[in-house]
Amino acid sequence: MIRLSIPLRQALARLSLPVLIAAAFGTMLLGKADALLVERARMALADALAPVWTAAQQPVAAARRVIAEAEALMKLREENARLVEENERLHRWQAAALALEAENALLRRQLAWVPDPAPQFRTARVVADAGGTYARAVLLAAGPQHNIRKGQVALDERGFAGRVTEVGARSARVLLATDINSRIPVTLEGSRARAIMVGNNQARPRLQHWPEGSLPREGERVVTSAEAGAFPAGLPVGVVRWTESGAAEVELFARLDRLDVLRLFDFGLSGILPPEAVARPEPRGRR
Amino acid sequence: MGLMRRLDAALRAAFPAVFALALMVLGATPVGVPGLVTALALPSVFFWSVFRPAAMPPPVVFAIGLLHDLLVFAPLGIGVLVLLLVHGLAFRARQMLARASFLAGWLAFCAVAAGAAGLGWALQALLGWQWPALMPGVHLFGAAVGLYPGIAWILTRAHMAMRRAEGAAP
Repeated sequence: MIRLSIPLRQALARLSLPVLIAAAFGTMLLGKADALLVERARMALADALAPVWTAAQQPVAAARRVIAEAEALMKLREENARLVEENERLHRWQAAALALEAENALLRRQLAWVPDPAPQFRTARVVADAGGTYARAVLLAAGPQHNIRKGQVALDERGFAGRVTEVGARSARVLLATDINSRIPVTLEGSRARAIMVGNNQARPRLQHWPEGSLPREGERVVTSAEAGAFPAGLPVGVVRWTESGAAEVELFARLDRLDVLRLFDFGLSGILPPEAVARPEPRGRR
Repeated sequence: MGLMRRLDAALRAAFPAVFALALMVLGATPVGVPGLVTALALPSVFFWSVFRPAAMPPPVVFAIGLLHDLLVFAPLGIGVLVLLLVHGLAFRARQMLARASFLAGWLAFCAVAAGAAGLGWALQALLGWQWPALMPGVHLFGAAVGLYPGIAWILTRAHMAMRRAEGAAP
């Protein structure tokens, strides 16, 4: 170790804070200039920490299960009444569904309909909140030999949750539909009108850009749209809710505040350009 | 100085940084509270900058800020700058803060956390080039202020224990 004189060491100590504050501005510029480098550093860190988070996930999941169990025990009676009522309703729907299924099979036979192939999916566990204060994202732990790709669609057991935006060696980041950078093309199921669902970091994303004359109705189902080739059509997203102030929002089916496992579907669509292609346009005049 | 004693001193010097980093990594587990990582980093940096600045020098604060930014997918540099400024403020006022009562320390931290949340919001707006929502900043402030007594209690214990150890082996 280099021995420094005491006044010099004091001067260095006093200088280090201003120098490092300048370096902080430097990192800001670096983060702005080279997004790819930052992304790589992030995914390398996430890969290294994924095992730690997977281990830490166990007690968290256990605690959450205990709380859920206690809540369920408290509400057993009313839950039971609700379930009996719901069961009756579902029985009626089941009868309707069976009739429709039979009719559908009959019509398909007459049309020589080629069915869509069943999409492949894999399931991954959510191990970390990768969002922070001003973003909504989660980190998934995946095995070392995973085949997760950017742009894959993530659904929880109820509906659409988000999209894979970054992939590491054993982890992947999913940008949730509520994030402020999330723009999802959707279809209003009743009117078949197209709209864009815009995240705003709140629990309910907003609906925008629906065509004139087809106002979203309260309680109308919202599904994904195949427009732009980024999503397959018809994935369940949520229902329309109008706020007091007159804005159309989507109440998501997916429970984004308590994501446990996500299913990642590979629909083989390539509508989303990889960020490299967007962030790094070919420099001109170097052909 | 024997090897064990040197090891002991090194561990003691490393404890504040390691504990803060461990808290942040564990704070990223999904418990349904967004912004927890930042709310855990702020009290740690503030506390050690006041009570044991030798163990929380600016380079360590820089490293904690960098890890914070990489962990939370915020634009790089925001956490670094905010934590360095928090450290600078706490370090300047440490003579006064170290002698103040716990309640006064907490109030001072409230002011610092409010400033940090506001600065974080402004930098987010500048680097993201869009107006972020106000509520997450308020949540962050609330979480940091709410977590401070618990974290400070643990860290005070650690600080006292380290002081006793240093007193026993000068």
